[in-house]
Amino acid sequence: MPSRLKASLMRIAQAIPVVVGVVIISFLLTRALPGDPAVYFAGASADEASIAEVRESLGLDKPLIQQFFLYTGDLLQGNLGNSLSSGQPVLTDLAKRLPASLELTLTALILSCAIAIPLGVLAATRPGSMIDHICRVLVTAGVSLPTFFTGIVLIYVFYYLLGWAPSPLGRLDFIYISPDQVTGFYLIEAALAGDFEPWLGAVKQLILPATTLALFTLAPLARMTRAAMLTALGSDFIRTARAAGLSDGKILYGYAFRNAILPVITTLGMVFSFSLGANVLVEKVFAWPGIGSYAVEALVVSDYAAVQGFVLAMALLFVALNLVIDLAYTLIDPRIGFDAR
Amino acid sequence: MTQSTPQTSTVARQGMLDHLVYVLRGNPVTLIAFVMFALILVAAVFGPSLVPYDPLASDSDHVLEAPSLQHWFGTDNLGRDVFSRVVVATRLDLTISVAAVALSFVIGSVLGAIAGYWGGVLDAMLNRILDTIMAFPLFVLAMGIVAALGNTIENIIYATAIINIPFYARLVRAEVNIRRDAGFVRAAKLSGNSDIRILATHIFPNTLPPMMVQVSLNLGWAILNAAGLSFIGLGVRPPTPEWGILVAEGANYIVSGEWWLALFPGLWLMIAVFTFNLLGDGLRDIVDPRKRT
Repeated sequence: MPSRLKASLMRIAQAIPVVVGVVIISFLLTRALPGDPAVYFAGASADEASIAEVRESLGLDKPLIQQFFLYTGDLLQGNLGNSLSSGQPVLTDLAKRLPASLELTLTALILSCAIAIPLGVLAATRPGSMIDHICRVLVTAGVSLPTFFTGIVLIYVFYYLLGWAPSPLGRLDFIYISPDQVTGFYLIEAALAGDFEPWLGAVKQLILPATTLALFTLAPLARMTRAAMLTALGSDFIRTARAAGLSDGKILYGYAFRNAILPVITTLGMVFSFSLGANVLVEKVFAWPGIGSYAVEALVVSDYAAVQGFVLAMALLFVALNLVIDLAYTLIDPRIGFDAR
Repeated sequence: MTQSTPQTSTVARQGMLDHLVYVLRGNPVTLIAFVMFALILVAAVFGPSLVPYDPLASDSDHVLEAPSLQHWFGTDNLGRDVFSRVVVATRLDLTISVAAVALSFVIGSVLGAIAGYWGGVLDAMLNRILDTIMAFPLFVLAMGIVAALGNTIENIIYATAIINIPFYARLVRAEVNIRRDAGFVRAAKLSGNSDIRILATHIFPNTLPPMMVQVSLNLGWAILNAAGLSFIGLGVRPPTPEWGILVAEGANYIVSGEWWLALFPGLWLMIAVFTFNLLGDGLRDIVDPRKRT
C-alpha cells in the first residue's frame, strides 16, 4: 500500500508543472489582446487620463514578469476579472453555469459508454459478423460528424417532424419553475424534491443535446473497447483459462474485460477533452445555458476577460479530470504502484 | 533503407506500386476515397466557374424555395442558391485547413527533429510545452487564441495550426529519435556530413510515410475545427460562403422546417471530412500494413 500511495503522490506532483504551464499560456493569451488592453478596458468614451489610470490599476505599466505574478496572485484569490456584459465577476458567472454543462457532458458520457462498451465487446467477440461491421461503420462515420450538424438534424427530426422533443431552448420549459439552486443539477434537484413533472421536463430537454454529444464520443470509445478486447482475448492467459475449462462468461467478463477496461478508461479521459470542446457547439445549437454558450456570447461582444476565464477554467477542469482518472487507474489496476514509476 | 542505388530504388518503386494496386484492389473503400478526394479538389479549384449561380447574388422572387431542378439545394432567405454557395465554399474551407496543417507540419517537423536528434534540455523543454498545449481542450484553446489574436481568417489558421503542432512534433521526435544512432546515420557522419545535413537528407525522409497518414487524418479534423469556429461566429464573416456559417445560418430556419439550408452544407462538410478520414486509413494500410484494422 505505501508504494501505491507513493505512486499516487508522484502522479499528483506531475500535474503541478502542467498547471503552471496552463497558467502561463492563459496569461500570455490575456496579454496578447488586440491593441492596448487598457484602452479596451477603459471603455469607448475614455480620455488619456482615464486610460492611464486603468493601465495603472491593471498593472500594465509594470514589467511583464511582475505582471505575471500579479496575475497569478489574482488567480489564487479566485479573481478572473469582471465580465463586461454581465458586470459580474467571471468566476461567479462560470460557477453559476458550470452545473448545466457538467450535467450535459456527464449524461452524454454515461449514455455513450452504455452503448459503446457493449458494442465494442460484442464486435470483438464476433469478428467479421454483422455487429462487427456496424461497429466499424459507426466508428468511421462517428469521427466525421460535425457535432453542430448532428444536433441540427436531431432537432429537425425529433422536434419539427415527429414532435417528440420539446423546443430546443435551454434546460427547462418555462412552464415549470426551475428547481432551487443547490447543486445546479436539475435532474438531481428535481428528484430530491420529489417533483416528477419538472424532472421529466428536464429529462426531455436533456435527451437531444446529450444524444448529440454521445454520438460524437461513441466512436473513439467503441474503437478502443474493440481493440482492447481483441488484444485481451488473444493473449496467453485467456488461452490458459480456456484450457483450464472455465466458462465462456467467466473468461469474457472475469478475465478479458477486466484487462481491456484499462485502456478504455484512458480513452475516456481523452474523449472528455473532446467533449468539453464539442460542448461549446452543442450548447450553442440547443441554447443550453452552460459555460460553453457563455463563452460564445462573450466572444461575440468581445468580452475578453470572460473568454479567457472560460479557457483557463476548462483547462484546469481537464487537468483535474486526467489526474482523477490516473488515480482511479492505480486503484483499479493492482500492478500499478508496485513498479516505481 | 536510405542507402539505395538507383537500381534497387526502381525495384522498390515497382514493389510499392504493386503493393498500392494490391491494397486498393483489396480495399475498394480506399479507392472510393481517392475518387471523392479528386471531386473535392475539382470543386475547390474550378468551383466558382462551375456553379450555375453567383453565390452572393440575392433574388427576391425565389426566397426560401425547397430544392428543385433550378435550385438543386434550394434557396436561402435572400434567394441565394444554396448549391452554388456550398460548392464555392469548398475552396475557402480547404484553404484554411490545408494552410493550417501545412504550418503545423513544418513547425512540428522542425521542433520534433531538433528535440529527437539532439535530445537533452531542448527535448525536455519541448515536451513540457507540448504537454501544456495538450492540457487544454483543443477546441477551447483555439477559441482562446482567436479571441486573443483577433477575429480574422488568418488567426483561425494560426490557432488551428498551434493546436495541431503537438501531434506532428511528437511523431517526428519519436521517428528521429529511434534513428539517430542507426548504422546509416553513423556512416553518413563518418563520411563527413554535418548534423543538419544528416537530419535533413538522411533521417527526416524516413518520417514522411507516417507523417502523410497523420496529415490526411488531420486535414479532416482541421476542417471540422475551422467550420466549428466559424459556426460560433469566429473568423469568416457572412456573407462569405463557408460551411460552418452556412450551417449556422440554416440552423435558424430548421425549427420552421426549411431543412435544406442547413442539411446540404452540413452533409457536404461531413462528406469532405469522411473522405479525408477514409483516405488516412487507406494511406495507413499502404504505409504500415501491420496497423490494418
